[in-house]
Amino acid sequence: MSDVVILPAMASPRARRVRRYGLPILGAGIILAWALAATFAPWICPYDPNFVDVAQRLRPPSAANWLGTDALGRDVLTRVIYGARTSLSVGLIVVLLGGAFGTLLGAAAAYVRGWAEEALMRATDLVFCFPPIILAMAIAAALGIGAVNTAIAMLVVWWPKFARLARSLVITQRSMEYVEAAQSIGFGPGHILVRQIIPNAVGPLVVLVTLDLGNAILVFAGLSFLGLGVVPPTPEWGAMVAEGRELVQQWWVATFPGLAILTVVMGFNFMGDGFRDWLDPHARSR
Amino acid sequence: MIRYVGSRLLTSVVMVLLSTLVIFLIANTVPGDPALVAMGDMAASDPAQVKAFRAEYGLDLPLWEQYGLFLQRLVHGDLGISISSRRPVLDDIVDYAPATLELATIAFILSIVVGLPLGVLAAVRRDSWIDHVARAVSLIGVSAPTFWLAFIMLAIFYGQLDWAPGPGRLDPVSFPPDRITGLLLIDTALQGDWATFHDAAAHLVLPSIVLAMATLGLVTRTTRAAMLEALSQDYVRVARAKGLRRRVIVNGHALPNALLPVVTLGGLAYANLLAGAVMTETVFSWPGLGRYTFRSAVTVDFPAIMAITAIVAAVFVLVNLAVDLSYAMLDPRVTKR
Repeated sequence: MSDVVILPAMASPRARRVRRYGLPILGAGIILAWALAATFAPWICPYDPNFVDVAQRLRPPSAANWLGTDALGRDVLTRVIYGARTSLSVGLIVVLLGGAFGTLLGAAAAYVRGWAEEALMRATDLVFCFPPIILAMAIAAALGIGAVNTAIAMLVVWWPKFARLARSLVITQRSMEYVEAAQSIGFGPGHILVRQIIPNAVGPLVVLVTLDLGNAILVFAGLSFLGLGVVPPTPEWGAMVAEGRELVQQWWVATFPGLAILTVVMGFNFMGDGFRDWLDPHARSR
Repeated sequence: MIRYVGSRLLTSVVMVLLSTLVIFLIANTVPGDPALVAMGDMAASDPAQVKAFRAEYGLDLPLWEQYGLFLQRLVHGDLGISISSRRPVLDDIVDYAPATLELATIAFILSIVVGLPLGVLAAVRRDSWIDHVARAVSLIGVSAPTFWLAFIMLAIFYGQLDWAPGPGRLDPVSFPPDRITGLLLIDTALQGDWATFHDAAAHLVLPSIVLAMATLGLVTRTTRAAMLEALSQDYVRVARAKGLRRRVIVNGHALPNALLPVVTLGGLAYANLLAGAVMTETVFSWPGLGRYTFRSAVTVDFPAIMAITAIVAAVFVLVNLAVDLSYAMLDPRVTKR
């Protein structure tokens, strides 16, 4: 084939435009739609998420139940929409709290240096030794079932990657001239770190937060699938897939909550990739 | 070089020990009494039995003595007795590990064999249909929940089409081979039992594809990015100016330079497959370490959790070491530094 591009310095303008604006906007749209659906769930849902009607059990998708009903006759669409509340809020809480804690710790460590920095980095090494889900699983199991406990378990394993990123960002910023300028004006170290360095280093953190939201939702759904997430009958996507996983013939019970997870995670990935391209001029042409 | 490996190994041992200490402390600070979980409601209501149980498993000792005991046993290769199965943890692990090892290895091979060429082709023929396929595969791989993919695959290929066998490692009617390695493919091949070999292979298809998806997506993505980077370098321009054939440029010049980040990822991905196995094994009723880990976590089975932690941490640390060492082979500049 003669049209093989050996020097792909630039993608075609159209492909570049789609990637630069189209996908991030699509991603933001998906997330916005889910956020709105979650917020206004009681007004837009046709049924009560926990209304059991055994006479209506395992009905395939129809005009009355767009996504069918589950083994207890509950409306799948309603439960999927309510499930967005749990998934989105747990994802947000874990990533924002874990991100804030990790960032402050990592940034402070890099700023003060010395043994504190060394100790912190070894601590993050330790947490990195485990696949996060196994550690979270052990903690969640020990704490007992419930969305709050699971979120706590996830927080324990969530902060180190932010600590690492923040540390490396602060190290590069620390030697910049504006830091010296701020010091010579007489600003204290806390002010310089929080008001000067962190705002300048915030870009890559925003990218990580966005990509990580999808990841947190995936991990939470996974724990929930294993029965460590929410107390039944709370509608939650991972738990819904678990309830429907034996029902191969009644595929709608497990398929739609899974699709919900897929779309949300994809949305955050599109947005995160978009942010990264905007922030990194080098990657822009790809 | 030997000194480097030596010091890295020493650090690794310290890291593994520290990680068990962390898990030990976490497991002991959170509520949840293994004695009560393991004994069941009837026995747990009798304080004398609870006391005897706690004494039997050393749960009544001070924390530091419990941990000391764990270390002492560990040195002798004894991982303790599982509280829930009441067997030596080591025996449990030897029983469950081969199923996961077989699954994870096949998934790993699958993700490399498919992901690497796909990533290279996507970079070389950028914005062509193959690039779009690669993008879709990696997007689904990183975005779709493993447990859901597993369900979808089972529902389609087993439930609807009946192309693949159902959950489990073998059909209920198949006789498992005599245990040599515990890896069914190898054991059946060694014993010349080709019918069972075929059955075991068929049962591996769906779970290994599911388990491979996440890794496959990452490998494809990383390879594509690294290849694009390599192809835009000056040495590729020179090679082109010299009139070298395209195949030589891609495979001989760009690919070796693009492999480094892929190797880093590949190593970590293999270790992570063991974690991803928890979900896959649950849906496919696979009697592996993932299921065992999950069960141990839920029953707060301290000895089993500690042993698995030590093993997983050791695998992670060793894989990282192997990755770092392979850098030196792939990039001669690393050793010179």
